[in-house]
Amino acid sequence: MKFKHESIEINAGLLIILTLVVISIGGLVEIVPLFFINNTVEQVKTADGHDAIRPYTPLELRGRDIYIREGCYLCHSQMIRPFRDEMLRYGHYSLAAESQYDHPFQWGSKRTGPDLARVGGKYSNAWHVAHLTDPRSVVPESIMPIYPWLKKTPLEYSDIRDRMRALRAVGVPYSETDAEYKANVKRFGKKVAEELNILDAEKNLVGQAEAGDYDGDPKHLTEMDALVAYLQMLGTMVDFHQYDEGYFAKFR
Amino acid sequence: MAQAIASTEQYNYDIVRRFSIMTLVWAVVGMSAGLYAALELAFPHLNMGIAQITFGRIRPVHTTLVIFGFGGNALFATSYYVVQRTCQTRLWGSALANFTFWGWQAILLLGALSYMWGYSQGREYAEFPWPIDIMIAVVWVAYLLIYVQTLRRRSQPHIYVANWFYLAFILATALLHIFNNLAVPVAMFNMNSYSAFSGVQDAMTQWWYGHNAVGFFLTAAFLGMMYYFVPKQAGRPVYSYRLSIIHFWALIFLYMWAGAHHLHWTALPDWTSTLAATFSIMLLLPSWGGMINGIMTLSGAWEKLRTDPIMLFLITALSFYGMSTFEGPLMALKSVNALSHYTDWTIGHVHSGALGWVAMVTFGSMYHLIPRLYDTKIHSTKLIYVHFWLASIGIVLYITSMWVAGIGQGLLLRAFDDYGNLAYSFIETVTFLHQPYVWRAIGGMFFLSGVLIMVYNMVRTILAGKREAAELEARIAAKMARA
Repeated sequence: MKFKHESIEINAGLLIILTLVVISIGGLVEIVPLFFINNTVEQVKTADGHDAIRPYTPLELRGRDIYIREGCYLCHSQMIRPFRDEMLRYGHYSLAAESQYDHPFQWGSKRTGPDLARVGGKYSNAWHVAHLTDPRSVVPESIMPIYPWLKKTPLEYSDIRDRMRALRAVGVPYSETDAEYKANVKRFGKKVAEELNILDAEKNLVGQAEAGDYDGDPKHLTEMDALVAYLQMLGTMVDFHQYDEGYFAKFR
Repeated sequence: MAQAIASTEQYNYDIVRRFSIMTLVWAVVGMSAGLYAALELAFPHLNMGIAQITFGRIRPVHTTLVIFGFGGNALFATSYYVVQRTCQTRLWGSALANFTFWGWQAILLLGALSYMWGYSQGREYAEFPWPIDIMIAVVWVAYLLIYVQTLRRRSQPHIYVANWFYLAFILATALLHIFNNLAVPVAMFNMNSYSAFSGVQDAMTQWWYGHNAVGFFLTAAFLGMMYYFVPKQAGRPVYSYRLSIIHFWALIFLYMWAGAHHLHWTALPDWTSTLAATFSIMLLLPSWGGMINGIMTLSGAWEKLRTDPIMLFLITALSFYGMSTFEGPLMALKSVNALSHYTDWTIGHVHSGALGWVAMVTFGSMYHLIPRLYDTKIHSTKLIYVHFWLASIGIVLYITSMWVAGIGQGLLLRAFDDYGNLAYSFIETVTFLHQPYVWRAIGGMFFLSGVLIMVYNMVRTILAGKREAAELEARIAAKMARA
């Protein structure tokens, strides 16, 4: 029997089924393997054999929430490409492993401002506070909006456990049980594992803010504390001196 | 009056009217938000330290309201109209159609307000918080049901080509929306959520969605619009039936592969982005297939370009469609992308598609549609010409300034001095952007003022239509009373 396209044009059901088949293939081929090919995300270990990339501490997590709330990703990427100019400007190109706990990813699509993948440690806390409050006070030509409310708004963290639990549900290794905690000690070391404990979330959050004094005002725990804590951590987890030049290229 | 009743009974024009009016409303609101965002980039003091209107919050308001507000309402309006006309049957489910109308407007309003008040998923073009995502899914299923049931009630065996495109758009949007928005809410009564995927996989899923929001929401669906309104306005049949079949299947197949070209040179594995680049180049063919089929429909009636401003809108839209679907594959080449990515070239590219193709084909279709919905003539043909030229000048200013900004900044960022050091700091390239940003905003003002003229023209048309209907009714009533 000879096939005629007309048989599709007179049958709505057939048209729907064939359309669904045709539009499903591309996504299946490109997305599904990424979950199964091991080399997709690099193995990055510290000198003592722990995972170099860890989930965010409660304070950093809240900072990241604020980063998303303000739409920072619309002007700042967190993805350094393997080019000479980007390496000189921002540092080593970004690894897939470095965003493995990012729900959602924050690679961005536009650089109206510079890339932030390795901004951590590049400026002082005081610089960040001044810059976020009024960018033109430190960079006169900047076109970034001012964010005066960050320093004035107390950090809301009553739902921090729920947030960590939601992330745990999508695969981030925050621990709730003793077994999970022990697994984290093995995987990340004791110091990090303690930070990932959901039941200690509030204590850890306040502790980090007080110890870090990110907004320069130890008396008040503000949104600025959380955001600066997050920014100061970005891109600092991997010590690239430990690896051969070609090691990460193998994964690409 | 007897005739008027018959036409309301035969077709549900009421729902088409409502969606058409909201198309105009969201066009004004969404484009004003875009203009303000553009001005904020040129003059950052306009952010004013007010959280709700800072660039990072107003930008998703702009993209959501123009894509899903202006574009979405235009698609609801035209698809409900086209499916009825081409199937020669009344729209199935009047109450459900009203539900899609009110549901969609609520989604848009709540979405815009939630971004302004700090609730966003942080996924481009999918910023809606999770409860709104669920509302979208519900409205969309209702839309699909109405569409398919109306198709099944068609009074002739053949399903017209415009409906294939609308149907593919509805199905693909459902698929994309559901998978890209998989997330775990923080709590039952908490607007925040965390996406199911992370890092590389999340990026791939998001750009599979993002690119195909362009491919299906802003392309396939508007091709459906084109396949009805271009032949109708030209008074000629579609140029090639065979071409429409080939480019339909090729377009919907190839688009789904191209998303990863948004992630060239990132931590996404090379095999994926190479595959996407390859398919992006192939995508040129079905895209131009659609453009050729549309433009050639006018062959033998080219003089209409001189006499009919609506035709001018439609054919210019197709020309911009051809241009931006050539630019797209070009930018999907890895070497070009290395320069263009992260710069304003991308923004310019999007707008040559969004303003040049999507908006222009919508304007043309609305000028055709709205007078017919109110059974009258357009208030002023001259104002259609004015709108056309304002829009065209606006687009040209917009995209050329973004070419200058994007290519210029890309070149500055990769310039080295004689000693191998970077020639420019990042902030020096930002200073360079100021002038193009001002020109872009001026382009936006031209485009928006054209829209305002269209709104005025349409309001006058609708009022005249209503007045004529009332006069007719009064005359008939008087005649009946005499008899």
